[in-house]
Formats: sequence, C-alpha cells, structure tokens
Amino acid sequence: MLNPPVYGLMAEFDDPNALVAAAHRARIEGYRRMDAYSPFPIEELHEALGLSHTRLPLIVLLGGLVGCLGGYGLQYWAAAYAYPLNIGGRPLHSWPAFIPITFECTILVAALAAVFGMLGLNGLPMLYHPVFNVSRFALASRNRFFLCIEARDVHFDLEDTRSFLQTLNPKEVSTVVD
Amino acid sequence: MEYSTSGSPPVIAPGHTFGTVTDKISSIVLTRKTSVGWYAGFSVAFLLTVMLAVSVTYLFVKGIGIWGNNVPVGWAFEITNFVWWIGIGHAGTLISAILLLLRQTWRTSINRFAEAMTLFAVVCAGLFPAIHTGRPWLDYWLLPYPNTMGVWPQFRSPIMWDVFAVSTYATVSLLFWFVGLIPDLATLRDRSQSKTGRVIYGVFALGWRGSARHWHRYETAYLLLAGLATPLVVSVHTVVSFDFSIAILPGWHATIFPPYFVAGAIYSGFAMVLTLAIPIRAIYGLEDFITLRHLQNMAKVMLVTGLIVAYGYMIEAFTAWYSGDKYEIFVPWNRATGPYATAYLALIFCNVITPQALWFRWVRSNVYALFVIAIIVNIGMWLERFVIVVTSLHRDFLPSSWGNYSPTVWDWSTYIGTIGLFLMLLFLFVRFLPMISIAEMRAILPEAKVDEDLREDLRVI
Repeated sequence: MLNPPVYGLMAEFDDPNALVAAAHRARIEGYRRMDAYSPFPIEELHEALGLSHTRLPLIVLLGGLVGCLGGYGLQYWAAAYAYPLNIGGRPLHSWPAFIPITFECTILVAALAAVFGMLGLNGLPMLYHPVFNVSRFALASRNRFFLCIEARDVHFDLEDTRSFLQTLNPKEVSTVVD
Repeated sequence: MEYSTSGSPPVIAPGHTFGTVTDKISSIVLTRKTSVGWYAGFSVAFLLTVMLAVSVTYLFVKGIGIWGNNVPVGWAFEITNFVWWIGIGHAGTLISAILLLLRQTWRTSINRFAEAMTLFAVVCAGLFPAIHTGRPWLDYWLLPYPNTMGVWPQFRSPIMWDVFAVSTYATVSLLFWFVGLIPDLATLRDRSQSKTGRVIYGVFALGWRGSARHWHRYETAYLLLAGLATPLVVSVHTVVSFDFSIAILPGWHATIFPPYFVAGAIYSGFAMVLTLAIPIRAIYGLEDFITLRHLQNMAKVMLVTGLIVAYGYMIEAFTAWYSGDKYEIFVPWNRATGPYATAYLALIFCNVITPQALWFRWVRSNVYALFVIAIIVNIGMWLERFVIVVTSLHRDFLPSSWGNYSPTVWDWSTYIGTIGLFLMLLFLFVRFLPMISIAEMRAILPEAKVDEDLREDLRVI
C-alpha cells in the first residue's frame, strides 16, 4: 500500500461496454476499492463493481412516515387541544378534514428525504475530489468513461495495477494525484 | 427503452453520439452568441414584469378596491389566474414524473423544459392568493406557528389545504428540477470556457463526478421523486377544486370537480408546453431532439384530456338538471344566456370544438396548426376558470344579492404582468441552463446500451 500523494490509477475508455467489461475484469482480479465514472447512469456498472443496494428507499419511507404522523399530529393537536373551536357541536377531532394536509406533509418530507438523503449518502456537495486533478476527467461529463482503482486497495501496486489496466485496452492510463 | 417505434418519427434524429448531443445542447448556453431576438424578447418580458411590480405595489398601497372584485363577486381575476397558472404547471410534472414511471422515452427531450415551465407557472400562481388576502403583509398567519395570539390556522378549511398543497408542490417541483439538473450542471462546469461560468456552475453541480455509486443512488432518488410527484400532482388540482366544491354555491358544489379540474390542468399544461416548444425548437434548431413525434404525442394527450374536459362540462350541466334543484338548474342556463354568455360560448368553442381538429393526422403533423390550437386552448382554459369563478358568484340564491363583475385596468395589468414574469424567467432559463437534459439524452442513444453477452458475463460471477 502506498501513501498519498497517489490517490489511484485511472483508465479512460470511450464506450460504456469497455468500461463495464473493465470494471468486471478488475473485480475478478480482486480489486475492491475502485469506482467507475460515466456521463450517464449505466445500470450494469453497478453490478460489475459488485456494489450493494442503497439504503435510500428506507430513508424516504422514514421521511414519509415522519411527514404523515407530524402533519396529522399537528392538526389534531391544534384543532383539539391548542385552539378548539366548537362549530355547531361538531367533533373537534374531525379526521376526514385532516387527510389532505396529512397527505401533503407525507409527500413533502419524503421528497426532502429523497433529495437530501441521496446527496448525503453520496457525500455531496464536495467540490474538491482527487479525480478532478486528471485534466482529461473533464470528459467524464461528456463522452468518456473512467475506471479508477484507488491506492487504498490492498492489491494496489503502482506498477502492477498500471500494467493490469493497460491490458484492458484503455485510451489512456493516468495517475491520480491526491 | 426503445429507440423509435416503426411508423412514427424518431424521438432523436439519427447520427448523434454522446459528444454531439452534449455539444449541441451545452453550446446553446456556453458558446452561442446571445441573439438580438433574445434581448428583445427578454426586454419586453422584463417591462411586463415591471408593470406587475407597479400593479402589486399600488395594490398594497390602496387595497384590493383597485380591482373590480366586489360583493357578491369576491373572487374574480386573481383566483381565475391562480387556477390557470397552477393548471399549466401540471403538464410539467406529468411529463417528468408520470411519463417516467410509464417508461415513455419520448419525454426525455421535453421534460427539463416542461419542469422549468412548471416551476415558473407555480411562481405566478402562488403570487395571486398571496396578494388577494387584503393584508398581504400578514400572509404568514396562514402558516402554523406558535404565536402570542394563541391562535392556530383552521385546518378544516380547503383554503388551508391549498396552502399546504401549493407550497409542497412548489418545493417538490423545485427539488425534482434541481436533481435532474445536477449532472448537466457538471457538464457545463467542465465545458465552460470562462472562470465565472466554471465557478457558478461548479458550485451548483455540488461536485458531481458521475461515480457509479452516485448514479445508482441518484437514479433511485429520481425514481422515488417521480413516484411521489405523481400522486402529488393529482392531489394539487384536486385540492384547488375543493376550494370551490366544498362550498355550497350552485355551480361550485359538484363531485365532478376534482377529476375534471385535474384533466383540465393537464390539458392547459400541454397546450402551454406546445406553445413554448414550437417556437423554441425552431429558434434554437432543436428539431433533432424535439421531433415531430413529441409534438404529435403532446397533441394526442391534449385531445384526450380535452375530451375529458368536455365530458366534465356535460356532466356539470346534466347533474344540475338531474338534481331538480332550481338554483342548480339556473346555473348552466345563466352561463349560456346570462351576462357572461360570450365568455361561456367562447370557452366551448376553444376547449370543445377547436381540439377536435387534432383527430386528423395532418393537423397533428403541422406545427403551425398545432401552435394555433395550443394558443386557443390556453385562452379557452383561462375562460373556463373565469366562468366557473365569476358566473357562480354573481347570481346566488337571492336576486337581491345579485351583482356583476367587470375587470379594471389593474386586474388586467396584474394578469398580463404575470405572463411577463413567466416569460422573463423562461428567457433566463433557456439562456443560462440546458433546456434539454443532456445526461438523459445520452442514455437514450443506442450506443448507451450495454451488449447482451456482456450482461450475461456479469451474471456468471
């Protein structure tokens, strides 16, 4: 294992198939600490890298429950305890009238949980990242596909990993400075 | 995802690659010289926005007496405009959320821009209820917050439901739009030639780098947001219709209102998307991305929702007659023959008769015809809300409390001012942000597909 300043080695490909195949090969080779970068989502890439499922749906579900109970609770408390209004003897806990706001609160908190949960799990915003040090990486948001094997992987060796990446027919292999 | 259906025009013209799609859409923002037309259009929209600011300021100084509203017509232009604008927004959410869940690939090139339209329409819509309260500086009383007066909002009122529905809708629309923009902002950050551009787009891109882990969560979040926005959009116009149908006024108190309002919202929204998309694709040369297929599909949606709206008109009249209640029976009769008969007949012409032309394929394939029909439907849907709001109020149960409404110059200037605000925001949007989702366009290109045998290999391990 190497110390920084090397963050990892990055191979550049020009089509999604090459990237998926490369990620798959790297995984067979035993590399685990790696990430792939593409200009659009590639479903198979996730599988090729052997990544686990995200907890995001659970976070959204919890957000929805908080919104639902919070919205209903607020209305119940305000209408029945904090500010009871007797309107023709009708029940204070008039639950059917509380449903629309309960529904809206559910959606609101669930949507906030989805967005901020996604950003939080992704560690964004993070304006600096070592991969941006590779100048060609700007093409990762246009038409190029990158595989980066990180230096903290147990199998990482600057020379061996570089020659392994060369066998994948990349357009270029560059060293990512930390 | 399919590339095109045989017989229909493709959803993206052939010959495009990841690079050309990226360059073509991002160059509109980054390198294209801002045209004289843009400056001219922006200036007009800006002046109208100034007119809006003046109108609203005068309103705050003098009070709502400057409008034509008066008892018994307490709701008029401001509620008409509110419902009209919020309805327009619904098409954006329908395109971005419901069509995503239904895997309609053709939505890809119009969703960004339709979502922006939603957002700006909601801004215009939200303005009206806020300024017509009479004392708009106390609008925060609508929010439930602990206060020294010890009072809480009346949560049983549809007006409160509206506050929650519209503010949730505005927030979720903004989130959905922003999440969709993140990868494209990263593209602009990486491709911008100027330092300012790199910094501003870079900050808003939040450091997006297209990592596979990030994309996976991103797609999950996007899909969940679509799933949340779908029932939301239906609920918003339902709640808006409750503002009327919960009241006991003849002409408002009808169970057909929620579905009929939702259909009307989508109808008017698609009309607005067509009104904007047709000139924009011509001006910015985006015919490769917003193809005839998109326009035809939108025309079909308009035809279907237009028929639902026509059914709503019919059921409204039928229910009134079937109720046997003389006040209810009077409403459709008064609409068709009373003081606002012109507006009513015009709305039938605009919303029921005109869209029948869309049954013909040659009409759906003719951009000029589509543009004209879309404009007519926009006008018709505004008239519909005007007729619902005003005709029901001006003739209620007692002839002694009847009255009439006519708009003042301030009614008009506020309404036209919001059209200016909407257009100004739209001009800024097409100038500074990619109006088509670049990342999604790349993903629908045929070369974005991973080969079948490679996918088989992945399953082996």
